[in-house]
Amino acid sequence: MFKKEKLEEIAENEKRWRQTTLPKWLSTRPERKPTFKNTSEFEIKRVYTPLDTADLDYIRDLGFPGEYPFTRGVHATMYRGRLWTMRQFSGFGTAEQTNQRFKFLLKEGETGLSIAFDYPTIMGYDSDHPMARGEVGKCGVAVSSLKDMEVLFDGIPLDKVTTSMTINGPAAMLLAMYIAVGDKQGVPREKLGGTTQNDMLKEFFAQKLCIFPPRPSVKLVTDIIEYCARHLPKWNPISISGYHIREAGANAVQELAFTLYDGITYVESTLERGLKVDDFAPRLSFFFASHNDFFEEIAKFRAARRLWAKIMKERFHAKNPRSLWMRMHVQTSGCTLTAQQPLNNIIRVTLQALAAVLGGTQSLHTNSFDEALALPSELAVRVALRTQQIIAYESGVANTIDPLAGSYYVEALTNEMEEKAMEYIQKIDDMGGIYAAIEKGFFQREIANSAYKYQTEIDSKERILVGVNDYTVEEKEMETIPILKIDPKVEEEQIARLQKLKNERDNHKVKQVLEKLHYMAEKNENLMPTIIEAVKAYATLGEICNVLRAVYGEYRELIII
Amino acid sequence: MSSERKIRVLIAKPGLDSHDRGAKIVARALRDAGMEVIYTGLRQTPEQIVETVLQEDVDVLGLSILSGAHMALFPRIMELMQKKGLTDVLVFAGGIIPDEDVPHIKKMGIKEVFGPGTPLETIIEFVRKNAPRRI
Amino acid sequence: METSATLMQELQQLANNVINGDKRSIARAITLIENNGEKAQRLIALLYPHTGKTHIVGITGPGGSGKSTLIEKIISELRRRGKTVGVVATDPSSPFTGGAFLGDRIRMQKFTTDDDVFIRSMATRNVPGGIAKATREAVMVLDAAGKDVVIVETVGAGQAEVDIIKVAHTVVVVFAPGLGDEIQAIKAGIMEIADIFVVNKADLENANKAVTDIKASLELNTKEKAWKPPVLQTIALTGEGIEQLVNEIFQHKTFLEKGAGISKRRKKVETELVEAIKDKVADLIIEKLRKKKGFNELVEKILNRKIDPYSAATKLVSELTFNQKED
Repeated sequence: MFKKEKLEEIAENEKRWRQTTLPKWLSTRPERKPTFKNTSEFEIKRVYTPLDTADLDYIRDLGFPGEYPFTRGVHATMYRGRLWTMRQFSGFGTAEQTNQRFKFLLKEGETGLSIAFDYPTIMGYDSDHPMARGEVGKCGVAVSSLKDMEVLFDGIPLDKVTTSMTINGPAAMLLAMYIAVGDKQGVPREKLGGTTQNDMLKEFFAQKLCIFPPRPSVKLVTDIIEYCARHLPKWNPISISGYHIREAGANAVQELAFTLYDGITYVESTLERGLKVDDFAPRLSFFFASHNDFFEEIAKFRAARRLWAKIMKERFHAKNPRSLWMRMHVQTSGCTLTAQQPLNNIIRVTLQALAAVLGGTQSLHTNSFDEALALPSELAVRVALRTQQIIAYESGVANTIDPLAGSYYVEALTNEMEEKAMEYIQKIDDMGGIYAAIEKGFFQREIANSAYKYQTEIDSKERILVGVNDYTVEEKEMETIPILKIDPKVEEEQIARLQKLKNERDNHKVKQVLEKLHYMAEKNENLMPTIIEAVKAYATLGEICNVLRAVYGEYRELIII
Repeated sequence: MSSERKIRVLIAKPGLDSHDRGAKIVARALRDAGMEVIYTGLRQTPEQIVETVLQEDVDVLGLSILSGAHMALFPRIMELMQKKGLTDVLVFAGGIIPDEDVPHIKKMGIKEVFGPGTPLETIIEFVRKNAPRRI
Repeated sequence: METSATLMQELQQLANNVINGDKRSIARAITLIENNGEKAQRLIALLYPHTGKTHIVGITGPGGSGKSTLIEKIISELRRRGKTVGVVATDPSSPFTGGAFLGDRIRMQKFTTDDDVFIRSMATRNVPGGIAKATREAVMVLDAAGKDVVIVETVGAGQAEVDIIKVAHTVVVVFAPGLGDEIQAIKAGIMEIADIFVVNKADLENANKAVTDIKASLELNTKEKAWKPPVLQTIALTGEGIEQLVNEIFQHKTFLEKGAGISKRRKKVETELVEAIKDKVADLIIEKLRKKKGFNELVEKILNRKIDPYSAATKLVSELTFNQKED
């Protein structure tokens, strides 16, 4: 971006500075570490200059917001037109309790809903299954049937909100329930807006919530993408996720590369169905973490947009500009938050949220300060929401688009992030693609190694975690905060409710539709329509999943420590 | 066959909790500290865990759980350990376990609970020091 | 300090419990074998008369062959046929830390609550020849406990693994297509002792080529064999070919019980005896020689390059006297 002569002049001055001014400082005050690295292992320079962005071409590499390569943002007005959606992941106990929490959050100013389901629901078990004992309602809301979904959205019109559902294995079933609730409320299906996470590939090496083996799982994912492309134009059928990969221990560039590769795989699997790329690509969405290293994260978000745009254009020849948009949701990183001195987490979340905003996210969840201790209390989640609101309305950062563009550091980092991520993508291609890489344990090994390294850095104090390995206080001096408790009666209530449901519904109809589902699964048909039928007949989540378990088998993971 | 005694450890994930980052890191650290480590993988029932302790005749059992279901699962595990005569096995736990539950958990026979932020060396030392000497 | 009588009583009780199939006792017996030389030997003496009924199947193969999934399916099939099963799964100990990650059990966890399946993981513990002995004895425990089939599992990578697998009656070697180079890389020992070859992941493209490669490799071995190792194809993930594999295993068992098989078994037992003698003799003699005054002097001389280790050994051994009368 600078003229050749100017760059030469800068280079000469840099040399002079390095040889005369710098040594004086280093001799009296050596630097804190021999090298400074970010999580992706990039070496961070002392100072960045135009020399580091000498090859940067504004039009080619940055462009304008809303235009290829979208580095600066997918929309032309970004937050000046509309702020990011403040969407707090929530759920616990019974559908009634979570319904209450939703209403509380909407009242406090959140602008989108996001459902956290409990473990039994996530694994396709009803609340009365033996594996569900002790787990019902503990980590999210228990939803075993359409009845629960109806209660969950009682008093919440589905044409007035958008809802994100963090659900993977049983995504089809929960989406079917949401559609059924919309039908009941009289909302036309074309108006239903929201997202199902529905990203099974990352489950196999990161979040591990797998019910069926890899190929049938991807088939179900693709069923949903295909169904939504035809029938739910406002629904994001998938949220291709890096968050869980990061939380499992990956570093920033691994998070980026593995997520993009998952995306590539889903595009391929949908193309194999016979759809054209522009038919479905505009509704693919992404989900990343926002971790501690402020500038690394910002670079990651910008590189992500640019890379996805290039991949969609060059690898998949998408023509619709919307197919090239990477729309993302970001959640601040849970694993960086500490149990010790929990109020410190408010600061961590603030910085991570700020990075996400400066990185141009479309939607944001901020963690609560009690993250390492329990599910969010009302106080904690309110503070988390306020964090977003203060950034939005008081800090001024949302008043211009991509303010850090042009920073020598940020642009150099964005370039390096893109380059290193592409290397990973090439590597996985060379390995034979995603299934081969999963079978070989490639992702699992990378993640396990990064996770172990991070822990040893903390143990050796090479990495300081304030309040944990430094600046600690005695337990008796630590602040006490309210902790959310899950009522143990939740499990009993759910079990009773299920029993009542099974007594009151038309069991013959349920049997019929489950048989139909088995048949359709064997024939490899798109299962969405049949699953919608099944949920409307009040077949339970467990019953529906059991049919598919019988057809597809269950999955067991490859362990790499 | 052996010269020095090896400590055999089972790291287990009871219930539906799928957060295994910590369990795997602890397994690896104990292995690097010279112990023989078996990891059960995810989603183990109390019956599976205790039977594995029995068949593998481990000296130490580590339970990792972050889902809040520990007060339902730990009692069942410790009850089965008692029933099968495995009371000399050292049992410890880790994960997301509220402070107020710790005294109850210790009463069940679980010797220590390691919360988030525990250095690996602390866990290794604890196991070395407290693993039962048998044979 | 226990008296010999109390010790013998305890061991007899343990042996009886093992024979009755008590799982805790089986587990404790195997631990004893892994750790204690003298007690272990006495226990084996008590258990040995009750062994010889089980069929030992060794399963090995390079990493990535899908061996673990295959074993899981084999166990299912054996259970379907009403057989009780024991499994001894071995994994290498780190030569640096001495620790080990015993990761084979995970694939078989679903059998944990099946009372008729007993699974034990063992680390090689870096004692040369040690794991083969320990594996052999652990198998004896499971044999005495009445298991119809005992599966011994290792990764076919090094000499230790060859030694472990020799413990088996039937050796099954598992490959996956595309691992062509690995056939060369696999220890020659394994190819020679294999009784059954399996090409797993047979749905992959070069499965037929792998089968051809293995058959070609077998042709090179011109020695006439009474049992011609079959080369089977399986898809462990779906269970295809498993029934046939288990049939072949039992065919091989039948073969061993007749004619050429019997002499093979005799040879095996002779080898076991010679190995056991070697161990004893080595321990005995080395203990004696270490105690001699000349030992430390020789070590010094070797350090100072005054004598080489082999001449030193010859010197020491020549000074041994045997008190036995020649037979």
